[in-house]
Amino acid sequence: MLSKRIIPCLDVRNGLLTKGIKFQGNVDIGDPVEAARAYYEQGADEIVFYDITASSDGRDIMIDVVRRVAETIFIPFSVGGGIRTVEDMRRVILAGAEKVSVNSEAVQNPLIITEGARAFGSQCIVLGMDVKKVEQSTKVPCGYEIVIQGGRKYTGIDALWWAKEAERLGAGEICLNSIDADGTQSGYETNLTAMISTNVRIPVIASGGAGQPEHLLEVLTRGRADAALIASMVHYKTHTISDIKAYLDRQGVKMRMQW
Amino acid sequence: MFHVKQRKDERMIAIIDYRAGNLTSVARALHYLNQPYCITDDPAILQQASHVIFPGVGAAGEAMAYLRHTGLDHQISSLVAAGKPLLGICLGTQVIFQYSEENQTDCLGIVPGSVQLFPRNMQQDGLPLKIPHMGWNEVTFTKHHPVFKDIDKGVSFYFVHSYYPAPEDPAWILGLTDYGQRFCSIVAHENLVAVQFHPEKSGKPGLKILENFCRWGGRDVE
Repeated sequence: MLSKRIIPCLDVRNGLLTKGIKFQGNVDIGDPVEAARAYYEQGADEIVFYDITASSDGRDIMIDVVRRVAETIFIPFSVGGGIRTVEDMRRVILAGAEKVSVNSEAVQNPLIITEGARAFGSQCIVLGMDVKKVEQSTKVPCGYEIVIQGGRKYTGIDALWWAKEAERLGAGEICLNSIDADGTQSGYETNLTAMISTNVRIPVIASGGAGQPEHLLEVLTRGRADAALIASMVHYKTHTISDIKAYLDRQGVKMRMQW
Repeated sequence: MFHVKQRKDERMIAIIDYRAGNLTSVARALHYLNQPYCITDDPAILQQASHVIFPGVGAAGEAMAYLRHTGLDHQISSLVAAGKPLLGICLGTQVIFQYSEENQTDCLGIVPGSVQLFPRNMQQDGLPLKIPHMGWNEVTFTKHHPVFKDIDKGVSFYFVHSYYPAPEDPAWILGLTDYGQRFCSIVAHENLVAVQFHPEKSGKPGLKILENFCRWGGRDVE
């Protein structure tokens, strides 16, 4: 039986691990390669790197981070942030990433999903979706809207429509991030997650809001998520991945318990 | 890290290069394990190699077209016939069957049987199962095998696939995995071992399998 996946998310800026609250006030807190290795040892099922560097110098540093991670840990990991072309994808995949994720880039140019899937296979292409709750309207019937530019810009795109469209375009997986919940540690947006996950046939990773192991239990059961992203709760060492997995295992969620 | 590293023990693990996905992750794992390896499509080097790994990510149709175009199809069949230990991984495992439903592809025919698409309507606990089968799943072993020595019961491996191997002869099945249905996740016969999952992405148990393979003499009982 397939296990649910626990995925720590490492935000990287200029080669350093960082974590922000609601996408603001990022504080650098360490070496991403060391953090990845520690999470690998604790039983992480996969790792997500999100490169929030703006400059092109920073991109080269990120490729070096990817290469060093790939030589150190032997589980899948994905890299997102600033990936605009198939050539950008190729660089991170050749450096050792299993998957790439596109977010704002795909809103602006949806064909990047199709081109990436054609070049590397759908399993390589993750669509990152940043979502905010809004009033239901004819334009946004599901009541959740896609936002870009780190949550600053509303796009008028309905989140459920975009998830289905991304699947049709060839995305192999969706990483669904609630901006409202991001960094709050007060729980995932379970209703949003269940709505998206039950309406697409590709796996959905829930993201944003994890603070307690109970939050993961909720989103992996009632939220129908295939995987759960975590950040602050492990970065600040209030919990370890192995403790979280042991808790979920006791609660009857299928977990990979030997590593 | 991708140059040929020849050492005194005269083993050389050749990773077959057939432009199918990311071969470098297998190479990185062998590098980490300190095993002598090369990535090659050169028939002479493949013949000299002590062990051959046939990895791959992608689609069966394109992979077979490339193998035929380069003549690697006959090469691989003759390496297996000559008794060289060969490890198939993911797509590499699928194309050694006779036929794949993916792109309706005639494959190498080393393993009797076919590769089939997971049915669309699979369920588990009343919930629909997603395709691809992506993530960590357990393998149940039907017998002992030297390549899987010291692998504990109930260990999980990392899978990513929409098609699954279905060997004709149950005697070729070494491992089984449940995803909506029970399918063959490890094939083993004489000097051939082929896994549907990715040992190079399956943490320490996966690395252990690669290490065991690199030290394996090619007999299913040792």
